[in-house]
Amino acid sequence: MSNYSRTSLALAAIAVASVVPAHAQQPAASAAPVKLGIVSFLTGPAASPFGIPGRNGAEIVIEAFNAGKAPAPFNQVGLGGSKIEAKYVDEAGTVANVVTEFRNLVQRDQVDAVVGYVSSGSCLAVAPVAEELKALTVFYDCGTPRIFEEKARSYVFRVSPHATMDSVGAARYLLAKKKNLTAFSGINQNYAWGQDSWRDFLGAMKVLAPKVEVDKVLFPKLFVGEYGAEVSTLLTSKAQALHTSFYDGDLEAFVYQEQTRGLDKRMTIIMTTGEAAIWRLRDKMPEGTIIGGRGANGPLARDTEIKKWFEKIYTDRYNIPPTYPAYQMAQSLLGLKIAYEKAAKDGKPNADAIAAAFKGIEFEGPAGHVKMVLGEGHQGITETAYGTYRFNKQKQMPEIVDIIRYPAECVNPPAGVEAEKWIADGMKGAKCN
Amino acid sequence: MSGRAQLVGGLLFLIAAAAAPVLPEWVASLVTIAFANALVVLGLVVLWRAGLVSFGQALYYCIGAYTVALIARWTGFTDAIALVLLGGIGAGLVAALVGFLLARYREIFFAMLSLALSMILYGVLVKTESLGSTDGFSVATPTFLGYAPHGQALGLSLYWLTLAVDAIAAVLVGSYFRSVTGALAAPIRDNEIRVEFLGVSVTRVIHAKLVIAGVLGGLGGALAALSIGHVDPNMSYWTTSGSFVFVTILAGSASVAAAFIGSLAFEALRSIAVDVMPSLWQMTLGTALLLTILFLPEGLGSLLGRLRGRAGAKP
Amino acid sequence: MLLTLSAILTDGLVYAAYLFIVAIGLTLIFGVMKILNVTHGSFYAFGAYGAATAVGIYANSDLPAALGFLFMIALAMAIGVVMGLVLERGILRLVYGRDEVVVVLVTYAVFLILEDVIVLIWGPRSYAAYQPMVAAGNTEIGELVLSNYDIGLVAIAAALAGIAYWALKFTRYGRLLTTVIFDRETAAAFGINVTLVYTVTFIIGAMLGALGGAVMAPKMSITLGIGVEVIVLAFAVVAIGGMGSIEGALIGALVVGICRAAAVHLVPQLELFVIYGVMALVLVVRPYGLFVRAQLRKI
Repeated sequence: MSNYSRTSLALAAIAVASVVPAHAQQPAASAAPVKLGIVSFLTGPAASPFGIPGRNGAEIVIEAFNAGKAPAPFNQVGLGGSKIEAKYVDEAGTVANVVTEFRNLVQRDQVDAVVGYVSSGSCLAVAPVAEELKALTVFYDCGTPRIFEEKARSYVFRVSPHATMDSVGAARYLLAKKKNLTAFSGINQNYAWGQDSWRDFLGAMKVLAPKVEVDKVLFPKLFVGEYGAEVSTLLTSKAQALHTSFYDGDLEAFVYQEQTRGLDKRMTIIMTTGEAAIWRLRDKMPEGTIIGGRGANGPLARDTEIKKWFEKIYTDRYNIPPTYPAYQMAQSLLGLKIAYEKAAKDGKPNADAIAAAFKGIEFEGPAGHVKMVLGEGHQGITETAYGTYRFNKQKQMPEIVDIIRYPAECVNPPAGVEAEKWIADGMKGAKCN
Repeated sequence: MSGRAQLVGGLLFLIAAAAAPVLPEWVASLVTIAFANALVVLGLVVLWRAGLVSFGQALYYCIGAYTVALIARWTGFTDAIALVLLGGIGAGLVAALVGFLLARYREIFFAMLSLALSMILYGVLVKTESLGSTDGFSVATPTFLGYAPHGQALGLSLYWLTLAVDAIAAVLVGSYFRSVTGALAAPIRDNEIRVEFLGVSVTRVIHAKLVIAGVLGGLGGALAALSIGHVDPNMSYWTTSGSFVFVTILAGSASVAAAFIGSLAFEALRSIAVDVMPSLWQMTLGTALLLTILFLPEGLGSLLGRLRGRAGAKP
Repeated sequence: MLLTLSAILTDGLVYAAYLFIVAIGLTLIFGVMKILNVTHGSFYAFGAYGAATAVGIYANSDLPAALGFLFMIALAMAIGVVMGLVLERGILRLVYGRDEVVVVLVTYAVFLILEDVIVLIWGPRSYAAYQPMVAAGNTEIGELVLSNYDIGLVAIAAALAGIAYWALKFTRYGRLLTTVIFDRETAAAFGINVTLVYTVTFIIGAMLGALGGAVMAPKMSITLGIGVEVIVLAFAVVAIGGMGSIEGALIGALVVGICRAAAVHLVPQLELFVIYGVMALVLVVRPYGLFVRAQLRKI
């Protein structure tokens, strides 16, 4: 036996010894590594906020897996005892480029699974190709509900909840915190993400508070960076709250520009993806901003053992706490690991076996409890959390306080119901406490 | 192209077609997309010979793609050959319409006006949430005169269809270049006024060229839509036009074959750059392109000419 | 109503200032050398990143804020000069004789390379340089709250326009430049060192591009890809204004700025189309842009 597989076997044995009987007999550690393709934005404006944290999250988690150092029940080495070899691919480019690179990963590089994709456009384009090539694919960040609503999928999974829950959660939190709300405005980027976020938020507000008016609805071009006219328009608005799904560059530019003119003193800003920006905006993020993080991620996460573990290994390596894309990547890899190891009981599993094992799983990750109940067991739901931002001047640290958690079934549509329809029909079946 | 060159070209196409089943699938799909893009580049070559560089070919590319996708989506009609032809015709009609305006402009104003038109389509598509806005939507699986392949057979069918369309386009454009209106391109580029003095309506000739380029762009977009399986408004964005222009200049206007060689080289180069340097592929691509420009003055197409023993071959 | 109109005017002026500052360098290079310099986006990006670094260095010392702003400008201009020199002497010189379109391609290739050079120097993270903008504070005029930094931008744009106009009309170099713009061959025939003029012009254009980036840096987040959008904006302004015309760029910037501000306030759905719509309309009416130089027709 080579040194390599001997080490794997030793680690596997230690893992068996330290974990109590819940596991059946471990399969013999195989020498052949498991190849994973990890795709996210490594260049371009979406790299810094989403692509790189996702990539870093993958790197650090895969390292922990390969060392067998992840907390139970994830402590088997690699995937099913086989070390993971990761190939990192850039998502940047046209849809044609994205599809070409996906095919390259699956057919040229022969990866066992692909985990990735930030842009909903990429996910929508890759899903049919994944089905055609029978390639196990896990989407980690893209938010559109369309993936599993448009067609049933066999080989495509998404552990992270889709973006509907961000908007519903935002609406509920806003109404909980601002009981005297009479009007709200919105500023979102003029592309699918911004349009969908606003539409869902508007829909949720109409259901939960039909008397509240909509004032200014702004849709600046993506990445325009100059919001003088928008800020002026909002300064004349009578709304008490402003919804935005802006992120990174646009969000920061908007915050700097509006703050100089005092907009946040006139209205509370709701940032549905604000969590990713708090570590850079720091004391520049307006006090009292309502912050969402696409789920219970980062400071919004529950302080569980596995969350503390992930935060520590990430911060130790990258000197900055993990933001929600990193959490989403971690959740996706953990879900894949469970599925793979369930299927690996009979030797190295193929895509069909992993897919069968992945359907409907439930587990606890750094971002909370995941249940794969939508999209016929292919789409996960978790709880979400929203909070209010404070900058702690003594500790010189960003903080999110007044956190309200909304259970998964409160902010996600029930199985078999389309998200947009669910909101339009009054969010029937929502189980909030 | 001389008769001999046509024979060589035809032989190369046949070899490419025959090689398909033994090529790895990922190579075949890369080649299919490159050859679909080559049609757009061919259209740009037609225009470039007359001294016009269009930064708006993405308009026709997008129209061709969306025509295919929308017909399949709204009517359920999925015959690939018919859809591709409809894509080309649709784009051609728009080019004919738009050409009345565009044919009067030159240089940067032509470039920017064509860009503006493609960006207006982009804006319209982004605003159309029912078509998925920037996320776009999927294209139904094509059929081929009743034959409905899947998996590798589907890839092969698309590959052969693309090759066939490319071959026909190459022959037609080649004969256009040898025709009178085609040959007028160089004189128009050099001195329009003298050509007018000869009694030729330059505006009409350019209008015709715009329509040809439009049809080719539409055919390319239609084939690309079928191969990628997804359309989005980004197909009409100026950076898409820019990359086509890029390939055109890289390929050079020396011959019809230049468009295909250049497109293939660019696609392969990009893929290799992403594979080798995932975080720095732009630099790799830029460097490779810079070196090509500096050392191959007439573009990649001239390589073919040099192999034949003369630089800067005529069609 | 009056409020909205005043807001449109002020917002329009600010956006016009932004467009003009971004476009002036490009218009100069294009007017003189007939090169559509795609690398202009890189100059802008380098200026912005340089400003971020300058502000970073500066924030750790205790000198007054105004000096910090000057330091930022000076660093950006230095970067522009160096880059312009290296690029022009090193790479562009090799392709001058060739087809104009080939030269554009060279600038595009260089742009791609420089995008990744930014990553190599500054990494993929984004930067902030907001201190000068925040330090400038705001002014309230009636119901309007204006950022002083924005007012400063308008002043800078006006100053640039004024200096450019004065330099072209009243300095010796300016008049040489105008001659070269009109007819390069004749200028060379009269003994003007056209090569030197080209080099100096390119350096000035690069410097202005970097200046644009530095001056805009405090308002936005400095991240990968900021050069890309700026390119098409600058080209659009140049196309509207007319080739190589500073007045044209100014008027073009004002027209687009006010139209865009009006769109955002009154008809937000049109905002996406404004610059392209304006460009298309202008070109339909004036096919060579707003300010056309009398062109000799070669028969």
